[in-house]
Amino acid sequence: MLQKSSGPISGLKKTAEKPSPFDRGEALSLYRKLWLARQAESSIRREYSKDEMKTPVHLGIGQEAIPVGVCHALPPGSKLFGTYRNHALYLAWTGDTDGFFGELYGRVTGPGKGKAGSMHIALPEKGLMATSAVVGTTIPVAVGMALAHQYQKRKDWVAVFFGDGAVEEGVFWESMNFACLHRLRILFVCEDNGLAIHTATAQRQGFRSISEILAGFRCQVMEGDGSDLVGVVERTRQLMRKMEEEGQPGFLHLSYFRFLEHVGPLEDFDKGYRRRPTAEEMERLDPVNHYEKWLLRQGVRAEELSVVQEEVRRQVDLSIQAAQAAPFPGPDELHTDLFA
Amino acid sequence: MSTATATAISYRQALALALKREMESDPSVFVFGLDVPDHKRIFGSTAGLLEEFGPDRCFGTPLSEEAMTGVALGAAIAGLRPVHVHIRADFMLLGMNQIINMVSNLRYMSGGKLRIPLVIRAIIGRGWGQSAQHSKSLHGVFAHIPGLKVVLPATPQDAYGLLRSAVRDDNPVIVLEHRWLYDVVGEVDETRAVPIGPPEVIRRGDAATVLCTSWMNIEALKAAEVLARRDVQLEIINVRTVTPLEKEPLVASVRKTGRCIVADYDWTFCGFSAELAAVISHDCFGSLKCPVERLGFASVPCPTTRPLENLYYSSAPDIIRSVERMLGLPEADLSGESFYSYEQRFKGPF
Repeated sequence: MLQKSSGPISGLKKTAEKPSPFDRGEALSLYRKLWLARQAESSIRREYSKDEMKTPVHLGIGQEAIPVGVCHALPPGSKLFGTYRNHALYLAWTGDTDGFFGELYGRVTGPGKGKAGSMHIALPEKGLMATSAVVGTTIPVAVGMALAHQYQKRKDWVAVFFGDGAVEEGVFWESMNFACLHRLRILFVCEDNGLAIHTATAQRQGFRSISEILAGFRCQVMEGDGSDLVGVVERTRQLMRKMEEEGQPGFLHLSYFRFLEHVGPLEDFDKGYRRRPTAEEMERLDPVNHYEKWLLRQGVRAEELSVVQEEVRRQVDLSIQAAQAAPFPGPDELHTDLFA
Repeated sequence: MSTATATAISYRQALALALKREMESDPSVFVFGLDVPDHKRIFGSTAGLLEEFGPDRCFGTPLSEEAMTGVALGAAIAGLRPVHVHIRADFMLLGMNQIINMVSNLRYMSGGKLRIPLVIRAIIGRGWGQSAQHSKSLHGVFAHIPGLKVVLPATPQDAYGLLRSAVRDDNPVIVLEHRWLYDVVGEVDETRAVPIGPPEVIRRGDAATVLCTSWMNIEALKAAEVLARRDVQLEIINVRTVTPLEKEPLVASVRKTGRCIVADYDWTFCGFSAELAAVISHDCFGSLKCPVERLGFASVPCPTTRPLENLYYSSAPDIIRSVERMLGLPEADLSGESFYSYEQRFKGPF
């Protein structure tokens, strides 16, 4: 069985090409962000076995279009919260490869000075407030930030990303209830890969569909294919418009396929809990491939993509080198940052 | 001692006054929690706030302790100063994932970028069948976690001053208030701050030092009153901040008296009393005339029925007996003494 969640998402329909929602520059800038996430994680896969990056990595190869697309739709000044599968989110929102690799290498140049690592990396000064390695834990914190915005009469958006497993946590329902009750401006983004570590949705959920349940909440709900970057951007924008119209929170349910093991740099199709997708399936489940094809159909030339790829590759390599050369935090750093 | 600026008010009034003053001086302070704005106002400790500051700054919540703790954390990192209230400390256990995995960690994990000015207030219940799920203090559990500050105000001045300090602190502070202290009246000087950290010597003496938390201060004062009639003078220290612990005044006192009883309002095993006993044993090793004694709850869940509940809690007679053993005194006849109970609570004044 392939774990890409059910609903209207799986099995992409062949439809006539719609006009592009992006101009050429925007389309290419999106490609740069998408490729940056992919390139950064490909580099992690390459470097990880050297045991210099001493942090568990939950790679998001296959997931990238969701954070890239949602971040693209959010205006500057938004506040974001994520999970331990946060690399694409961090890079899409901040573009900060130096800090990113500094943190993964445990160096003082990371935004958390190495105290965060991959699983908790954040850049609060740029609006990526927190990510977390305990499922569901950033959800109520994001709600609290949205409550603060309401109190401060600020129009800034809050978005919180979490996996399909998080909706099984009680705190998800507590948070959703409170956000709906107070009509908070918060976008809940469910990144659904149909797996909680290695356990499939069918083995975990006693309900037909999360969206169906949430239809009973005072909340705007939308589903989409998280492998399709253009669709993610359009869905997010559409949902944000509905949220504004109704003055309600939004729940965006996007499915994707996790290409690698839950944690670590390897594939795990030989472990028996899911099958390897066919080549044809791979192609449509891969958001990078998906978007490249779309760009080419829009008249972007392959050479233009190669230029972006090369520039991004150089940027990532330089950041990795910088991180490897950067100092570790000194011993005095052990006791700093506990209290303000 | 009465001063020109001091007024005698109850502990509950002192709490409400502290919140009122902080809300007046800083619009980013808000108070919320289950039943915070109802007609009982958390035993009066949130009285007047709804009327003065409105429902945006004083509101009730769904029964969602974990999410509400996370909401407080989110509001704090957004620059507000939330005060989240639990009518029993036991209910905080529903929010432990947020408290221990998020609230205590987030600043450190952010490399010091996030500020978390968050107060969690909770009440410690006792008596009339409060039993196993309405009587816990848990300060030892919270103090075990780096990144949290924990205070236990014992007097009305503590209640006023420590709560104000907690609201002004840029870090998470847990304030644990004993229900029986709510009725206690004492002088509150609004101009006197009570910083988080320093303990307070509330009685001078030379025979033994009693380190007390929360209600145990009251029991120790009663024990001291009884022992004073035999010319035994206890030194009593109100350890009102558990963490960050300021140990120097405690150590100085025990070096002087040579004897120490830790009377903690909690279970003893792996508790704050064990921490204090370790600190004193280490730092006062050469001055101690006898081993440090510890008093606390019996190592069982708090029973409902009164005769067992009476055995569960340590109180003034236990302190008296400990002191007698330490000093090699015969056991005094306490049958004529009147001690505190649910029906006969200490009302002050301090």
